[in-house]
Amino acid sequence: MQTESKEPVTQKRFIDLFEKNRAFLSANDTPGLNVTRVKAMASFAKLGFPDTSMESWRLTSLEESFERGYDYHLQPMEEVDVQKVFRCNIPHLDTAVIGQLNGWYVSKDVPLMELGNGIIMGSLAEARKKYPQLIEKYFGTIADDTNDGFTALNTAFTQDGVFIYVPDNVKSPKPVQLINVIHHDENLFLQSRNLIIVGSNAMLSLVHCDDSYNHQASFSNVVTEVHLGEHGAMDHYKLQNLNNNSTLISSVFFRMAASASLDSHYLSLNGGLLRNNIRVLFNGPNGNASIYGLYLMDRKQHVDNNLFIDHAYPGCTSSETFKGILDEHARAIFNGHVLVRRDAAKTDARQSNKNILLTDTARVNSKPFLEIYNDDVKCSHGSTTGQLDQESMFYLRQRGIGEETARMLLMFAFADEIVARIAIPQLRQRIEDMVKKRLQGELQICEQCVLHCSTPEHPIEFQIDLGKI
Amino acid sequence: MESEANNILEEVTQGDYKYGFVTDIETEYAPVGLSEDTIRYISTKKNEPGFMLEFRLKAYRHWLTMVQPKWAHLNIDPINFQEIIFYAAPKKKKELTSIDEVDPELLATFNKLGISLDEQKKLAGVAGVAVDAVIDSVSVKTTFSETLSKHGIIFCSFSEAVQNHPELVKQYMGSVVPYTDNYFAALNSAVFSDGSFCFIPKGVRCPMELSTYFRINAANTGQFERTLIVAEEGAYVSYMEGCTAPQRDENQLHAAIVEIIAMKDAEVKYSTVQNWYPGDKNGLGGIYNFVTKRGICKGNNSKISWTQVETGSSITWKYPSCILLGDHSVGEFYSVAVTNNYQQADTGTKMMHLGKNTRSTIISKGISAGKSNNSYRGLVRISKNAINSRNYSQCDSLLLGAKCGAHTWPYIQVDNKSSIVEHEATTSKISEDQLFYCQQRGISAESAIGLIVNGYAKEVLKQLPMEFAMEAQKLLSISLEGSVG
Repeated sequence: MQTESKEPVTQKRFIDLFEKNRAFLSANDTPGLNVTRVKAMASFAKLGFPDTSMESWRLTSLEESFERGYDYHLQPMEEVDVQKVFRCNIPHLDTAVIGQLNGWYVSKDVPLMELGNGIIMGSLAEARKKYPQLIEKYFGTIADDTNDGFTALNTAFTQDGVFIYVPDNVKSPKPVQLINVIHHDENLFLQSRNLIIVGSNAMLSLVHCDDSYNHQASFSNVVTEVHLGEHGAMDHYKLQNLNNNSTLISSVFFRMAASASLDSHYLSLNGGLLRNNIRVLFNGPNGNASIYGLYLMDRKQHVDNNLFIDHAYPGCTSSETFKGILDEHARAIFNGHVLVRRDAAKTDARQSNKNILLTDTARVNSKPFLEIYNDDVKCSHGSTTGQLDQESMFYLRQRGIGEETARMLLMFAFADEIVARIAIPQLRQRIEDMVKKRLQGELQICEQCVLHCSTPEHPIEFQIDLGKI
Repeated sequence: MESEANNILEEVTQGDYKYGFVTDIETEYAPVGLSEDTIRYISTKKNEPGFMLEFRLKAYRHWLTMVQPKWAHLNIDPINFQEIIFYAAPKKKKELTSIDEVDPELLATFNKLGISLDEQKKLAGVAGVAVDAVIDSVSVKTTFSETLSKHGIIFCSFSEAVQNHPELVKQYMGSVVPYTDNYFAALNSAVFSDGSFCFIPKGVRCPMELSTYFRINAANTGQFERTLIVAEEGAYVSYMEGCTAPQRDENQLHAAIVEIIAMKDAEVKYSTVQNWYPGDKNGLGGIYNFVTKRGICKGNNSKISWTQVETGSSITWKYPSCILLGDHSVGEFYSVAVTNNYQQADTGTKMMHLGKNTRSTIISKGISAGKSNNSYRGLVRISKNAINSRNYSQCDSLLLGAKCGAHTWPYIQVDNKSSIVEHEATTSKISEDQLFYCQQRGISAESAIGLIVNGYAKEVLKQLPMEFAMEAQKLLSISLEGSVG
């Protein structure tokens, strides 16, 4: 009853699936949650899946992904040897690592951790049972399902995912790492739902990794809602290192109370088709959101970063800085939308998108879009697309640096503007290595969890090739 | 100081439209509404050859299958095409042979607009400007045709071209903007009544500026004109277009097409000062300006340059574009768009790079005031074969007043590695520092705003031919108020 076999993705399939399993899906719902779920399903029935006739999906076709056909599971698959999946050592669960396998929270022994300082983290399914009021207050309030079919579908099918609660005035002592590994022998369609609440004056650093473990095709529809309280701060990292047969629709919604501060980093190193929906709503004055993105794509990989920053209150600052290097047949799309509403005076919004194309078959589409209804603002956007700077290249070659090394050096410097922003030193070092490996074509899929590898890779140095001078 | 500046900005929105008069001319109309009969009526009226009627009917039938596009950032009241008069012409008693035979009312109208159709006066000056004056649906007078014909240049109304040069019209009409292009282009192709036609033969540099002046006079009419410019190998022409309309409470539709063809080494410079009636302070009335302008750089080393100053119309929907087909061809777009009161503008350009080493520049300056909305929408597309191409775009917006909107929708698509595309844009209000700097030096807030706005638009204004630059500067001030500028 709870497993659907490999079928193409269609709207009808999911409507039927919902109807058949309605009781099962909503077994643990509070009445309020159930209303949200049913409403979302109605929304999905109306919207369906997006297609290229819609402006925001014009350049990202899901047809091929949909046709592959996927299994859909309504409960976790048979027990897997977790140790085998996370090849690196997973430290004891009282540390700040949260593991997800195919969208399901991994440890059934300790489904919800309650730390001494009041921080709660663990399975969303468990949190729904244990803290129904808290969940009901926040769940589904910012993930708008009225105009996005994927979000509506995710809300309608919400079962598990990750829940993190940082109470007022608490600073999370160490970064929380959330790893979602996809590992299955069949094509898999998975959905997970995360809810993160950071209280007033609270602080959370979250590293969110999407990794796949084998080459099996998968389709993930992940929705994350993040609530930041007044003066709350969050350092957010989204690492994407998936195989070439994977499709990931990641939608993250941030709601920022007054004076909240957000640093978000999107690091896309591999993936078949990646779509990042990033939504930031300033729900109080003087907030600050900086969104950084780096994408290094090759083969036929496709990355689509779709941002929407809603300046609804005065005095907020936002910046979008996205950079990408595209090789072979890769394609990148940047769609940045900044809306400055009538009342949002003293807004400062910046957008920047820079791309380097390494081949004539790589493609870039960039649409930095500003919509402004207030005159007391400072807004700017810039977009450049080109190749490596010939003069810089000449400068390096002239000093005896081999062509390949010089190219690597310039590309690395290009990417480093984003990498250098990573505030966690271990992570920065690790990403630097991964970027270097990636640029040399050595990094394939999943190098497993980023912070806890027991055997760190040898750092890669740029060798100056004396033989060629 | 800020409140003072605000007061001045308030005043700025009080500027009046100075071309809102109506001339009492005897006019004949086509029956109200649109049908194949209306099209046949227009075609018969103009005594057109068969291929024209066929083209019109094909366009009309295609138009019937289309729906009005909704993607622009515009609020358009529904247009009832059955209430529009698609053809209105000043009645003429006989064929005109000289300026003296033009209806004196008409001459007076154009004199009032500052456009002299009297060649003698112009000849006294150093350089003349040849004018094709179009009122409502027809061209009333083209000046200097004879002087130009000595160089082999054909400059006449579109109707005359259909009669005298059908082979050229047949060859080029619809070759850049096919009737299937978009909703309003299809409509225009079906019902267009007149316009200008210009042909510059191989190697000829047009000795004077060519100009078309469009005037809507009759009520309840739509104006649908069509301009076709062909520059053969090595030719050069600078072309200017101006337009005004009377002040009326209802919206009037203006749906035009401009097509430019530039062959090898040819250069066409097209300048527009658009000053259709923008509607009153409450957004009542005004022209719907839905125009399709496109040029093709067909030959190598050809160049097309669009310059526009958009101050009028209640709604502007217009994207002068360049198809850069020839290798080393160049496309340019310079624009100042001013919106005030309840005006809406969605304007910009498309640069389609197809040939190798093609270059394009886009400079767009938007100024929004009152409760208006001003959008820049542009596309830069570098196709796979357009290697070593280059684009530079800059689109800035200036906001005057807290209730207006300024939006930028740039679309950039790059499909090869050797091309470089740069885009930058800023949106802000007039900097308080700049204002303070000027005022500190004894310049009144009002003049300072004028100074800053003019400086902001300078980059575009300097692209205009001299005759137009003066008018454009004046217009900028009128649009924004009495003494700004």
